[in-house]
Amino acid sequence: MKKLITILLLTCSLMTVSAQYPDGKQLLERIDRNMSSENRIFTSSMIIYGRRTTHTVKMKTWTAGEKKSFTEYLFPAREQGTKMLKLEEQLWIYSPSTDRIIQIAGHMLRQSVMGSDLSYEDLMEDNRLEGQYDAKVTGTEVIDGNQCWVVELKAVVPEIAYQGMKLWVDQERNIPLREEMYAKGGTLLKRTELSDVQRIGNRWYPRKILFRDMLRDGKGTEFLIEDIEFNVQIPEHIFSKASLKK
Amino acid sequence: MIRFLFKGLIRDRNRSLLPFLVTAIGVMLTVVFHAWITGVINNSIEFSARFSSGHVKIMTQAYADNAAQTPNDLAIIGTDTLLEAVSAAYPEMDFASRIYFAGLIDVPDSTGETRAQGPAIGIAIDLLSGNNEEKERMNIPSSLRRGRLPATGKEALLSDEFAGKLGISPGETFTLVGTSMLGELTMYNFILSGTVDFGTTALDRGTLIADLSDVREALNMADAAGEVLGFFKSGVYAEEEAIEISERFNARYFSEDDEFSPVMKTLSMQNNMGFLVEYSGKLQNILIAVFILAMSLILWNAGLLGGLRRYGEFGMRLAIGEEKSHVYKTMLLESLIIGFFASVTGLAFGMLIAFYLQEKGVDLGMMMKNASIMMPRVFRAQITPWTWVAGFIPGFLSTQIGTMLAGAGIYKRQTAQLFKELES
Repeated sequence: MKKLITILLLTCSLMTVSAQYPDGKQLLERIDRNMSSENRIFTSSMIIYGRRTTHTVKMKTWTAGEKKSFTEYLFPAREQGTKMLKLEEQLWIYSPSTDRIIQIAGHMLRQSVMGSDLSYEDLMEDNRLEGQYDAKVTGTEVIDGNQCWVVELKAVVPEIAYQGMKLWVDQERNIPLREEMYAKGGTLLKRTELSDVQRIGNRWYPRKILFRDMLRDGKGTEFLIEDIEFNVQIPEHIFSKASLKK
Repeated sequence: MIRFLFKGLIRDRNRSLLPFLVTAIGVMLTVVFHAWITGVINNSIEFSARFSSGHVKIMTQAYADNAAQTPNDLAIIGTDTLLEAVSAAYPEMDFASRIYFAGLIDVPDSTGETRAQGPAIGIAIDLLSGNNEEKERMNIPSSLRRGRLPATGKEALLSDEFAGKLGISPGETFTLVGTSMLGELTMYNFILSGTVDFGTTALDRGTLIADLSDVREALNMADAAGEVLGFFKSGVYAEEEAIEISERFNARYFSEDDEFSPVMKTLSMQNNMGFLVEYSGKLQNILIAVFILAMSLILWNAGLLGGLRRYGEFGMRLAIGEEKSHVYKTMLLESLIIGFFASVTGLAFGMLIAFYLQEKGVDLGMMMKNASIMMPRVFRAQITPWTWVAGFIPGFLSTQIGTMLAGAGIYKRQTAQLFKELES
């Protein structure tokens, strides 16, 4: 009888704990409302901490949905005027020093941008989580004094950069404060720390993200959003090859 | 006496023909085999030295740990100063900076759009300073197939096969898409001045050769180089001297606490070349030992057969009072004559074949179609002073040893039994 009561109590307590966790799908929707948008224009800096040197790259990016993106490098002088256009899975790069537009093969999208810990996909894609991943909240943890949900994500679409993710989502602001990205085989590929979360319009958004590519040496890359506008009108001609040489 | 034995050998060919043929063929095979193996090993060592490892190589410690990936972000900075210092400290060597890099070659069409693309392995060497050492070291002038060598900045060479695949001809422009020392994506335009064919599958598949200053500009590597290669002025790799120089260099420059401190490695410390260097040194001894052993066994058997055939003759000679030692000595003298002439004949034929293989070489390109290691496509034999010794002396000795073993039976014959044996 004692055993039966213990089992019942344990089951009830587990059910209670489980009921306290939010639904994974709903949580992803709330994250997407903060992190994703129809389109956006932002100016950012990447401080790349290499094994030997630290260098900074500054750029302006126009993104529409998940498939169109255009980036222009503003700094350093050597890179100034270099532009990148990404449409679907195709990437073109224009270099003013050669006056050439070169198409980069699809697999290159997962390569490092300018020696940073970000890939072209990381930089130029604004993928929504909901619809691409199944999510399950597995616990809670505190990060920098913020109570977070620990969420495990599993991709439901095959063509996606990271087949698995683990997020630490701020319970109050519904924004990830830490992310881990995994390959299909379970290898940890990247880790990010999101901070300096600010209120921009009706959403919370991190102005600073520290990326760490776990497969290479280095101290990571700080990605700083200097200014960002969401859901503004972007002329269609921006996302054309003609705009690369302008 | 020698004349008498010589006449006997000529008149009774059964006595001389088999040992002569066996020894001559054996000597010929040994000479060819020795020259071929020596050539293949030395071709590989020399090729590796000229194209990749140098007789010694200086890299940063961090670069050396991942040298196969040519991580130019870990390259040596301040190579001009380092070159001056090592050239003064080690006058017996020539030093040269090189950058090895990977990139994408993009060929535009008339509108500037991509017409063809292919991955390339790049080698940046001194092409334009007026010093021809590096060009000659890599056989670039003699490898030129189309066009001409770069004469000004922004001109480059592509391997002929690669240029053919890309459909680009001398005079046309192409773009190198690569990664800078800081990891940035870089694009740099070159004019194709000519094409080269090294006769090496790994190089001919997709190589770009450009001047060091252009590649430094393209990859944002001012006064930097991935590797500084050192070559003995004699042109010949000397293991002990190389080790001594590297120890002196490392004692002065290398620091375990600084992963960017330069470290010098000898040829034998790189790319498993140590095995080849060591093997090359021991080769002659191994070959000679194997030859003597194998030939002695064969000639022993030939001698036994000859001894059986001449059983009656030896019995008769012993029966009429000839000393056993004298019979044995005449046998040895006969084998000395056979050994000498057979070795000379085998050596002559072997040298002819070895010389042909040395001059013409053998194209093994088909066997190395997918080889990723840097090896010459055409291998050549190499005749060295040891090649003469490796064939002649063992050929001479093996006939003696074979006869000594076979002739030992003479001492077992009992004089008392000889007439009985002869009667039967």
